[in-house]
Amino acid sequence: MGGLRVLCIAIVLIHSHTIGAFAADGPLRVEAQPLRSASEFLSPALRAEQADPIRNRGMLWVEQGERLFTQPPPGGAPSCATCHARAETSMRGVAARLPAVDAASGQLVNLEGRVNECRIVRQSLPPLDYETDELLALTAYLTALSNGEPLAVSIDGPASAFYAYGQQLWNERQGQLNVACTQCHDQSVGRKLRGDTISSAVPTGYPAYRLEWQTLGSLHRRLRACQLGVRAQLFELGSREYLALELYLKSRARRHPIDAPALRR
Amino acid sequence: MAGDAIDTPLGGATGDGSRGRDIALDRGKGNCLICHRVPIEGELFPGDVGPDLSGIGARLTAGQIRLRLVDQSVIAPLTLMPSYYRVDGLRRVGEQFRGKPVLTAQEIEDVVAWLQTLR
Ligand code: HEC
Ligand code: HEC
Ligand code: HEC
Repeated sequence: MGGLRVLCIAIVLIHSHTIGAFAADGPLRVEAQPLRSASEFLSPALRAEQADPIRNRGMLWVEQGERLFTQPPPGGAPSCATCHARAETSMRGVAARLPAVDAASGQLVNLEGRVNECRIVRQSLPPLDYETDELLALTAYLTALSNGEPLAVSIDGPASAFYAYGQQLWNERQGQLNVACTQCHDQSVGRKLRGDTISSAVPTGYPAYRLEWQTLGSLHRRLRACQLGVRAQLFELGSREYLALELYLKSRARRHPIDAPALRR
Repeated sequence: MAGDAIDTPLGGATGDGSRGRDIALDRGKGNCLICHRVPIEGELFPGDVGPDLSGIGARLTAGQIRLRLVDQSVIAPLTLMPSYYRVDGLRRVGEQFRGKPVLTAQEIEDVVAWLQTLR
């Protein structure tokens, strides 16, 4: 027994040294553990607000999104609801399956991308930029229609390359501070980074209302904040890098139910 | 570098502990409190990702502290502690930070001097 333990320690040491030799380029070790959502670490007051649709500040966007979805846009184009009647059922589960590879273009497309595709192709309207109230409202509304639905993205076939890229971005150190996503969100979960408790980066609550932003924000905006924290060169909102990370995160949190809009510090 | 220490001060600089304390607390510089508790009074909301630095001056020599600030990943490949004096082999560094270490040689020496006073 004692001998076995010594052997295990020796293996771990050798193992971490082997990885150490590749630390600058190779993947860092990821330990399997149950994922913990940031909602678990909210103060009781914020958690109560998040759970209450009347008080949840993000619901303002959900309500605006429902209006945007049902009302015809100025200029005579059909409303979203014209083609997507009974959104409560027709759109239920859609947010849980995205991002997905678009068969025609071969590109990975998330909910923001799908909404904009319909604006361009079906409504002849210009796409909405990330972090505009309109796009946040539509995505918040559509995501909330999937509340309770477990994340169910596909990472097979054409999606597998995007998944692998997302996983690579997750595991590699970056920025002047030289830290990888996995080091915080796999290895340091439950620890405090100044006032924040590090969660497992479960992406089920986005778009989320963040107190620091004083507004709703997309998942990609949150990823930017993390890149900024390690002084890395930021990717564009909606870029293939963030889309790949989004797919990786949503696959990693597979079966976790959507719970949006979340409230965050 | 010898063993787990860098015994010679960087650039031959002499550290100033009181400057080092300010650098360590400065969120744009050391920002050490985001991860470490330190023996300073007040509402500082320190993190606990890294170990408490109280008594660090008694636990480690100046050379050992210096190495841990310069690039802890040399001795702990999976460490979350940023490399404060490293510019090579980094990936996707933000434009305004490129080619520069997080702290200058003088600033590292100042922080080393301050940590040595924590006994
Ligand atoms: C003229 C009809 C039309 C209008 C108007 C329209 N859509 Fe669509 N939408 C479609 C069709 C058809 C598809 C299926 C496209 C496909 O699968 O390639 C679709 C697909 C989608 C999807 C993806 C569904 C899935 O199962 O993956 C979303 C989300 C969506 N639309 C949202 C919107 C929103 C939001 C608006 C308004 C801004 C809108 N649509 C306006 C016809 C329309
Ligand atoms: C230095 C530690 C650190 C690193 C490195 C880091 N993050 Fe974060 N991240 C945080 C903290 C702190 C928060 C806010 C608290 C929380 O939810 O974990 C956060 C929040 C998040 C969230 C939102 C979780 C929620 O439910 O609100 C996601 C998603 C996320 N990070 C993804 C990433 C990705 C992807 C990377 C790599 C590109 C990354 N993080 C790198 C510390 C880090
Ligand atoms: C992003 C989090 C983070 C930041 C910022 C950070 N550290 Fe650390 N530090 C750690 C971790 C984690 C360890 C534990 C060692 C390991 O993981 O290998 C550590 C270890 C140390 C040690 C060795 C402690 C021991 O008992 O062996 C010293 C000294 C230290 N840090 C000083 C500092 C100083 C000074 C600063 C600011 C200039 C700083 N750290 C900033 C995370 C951090």
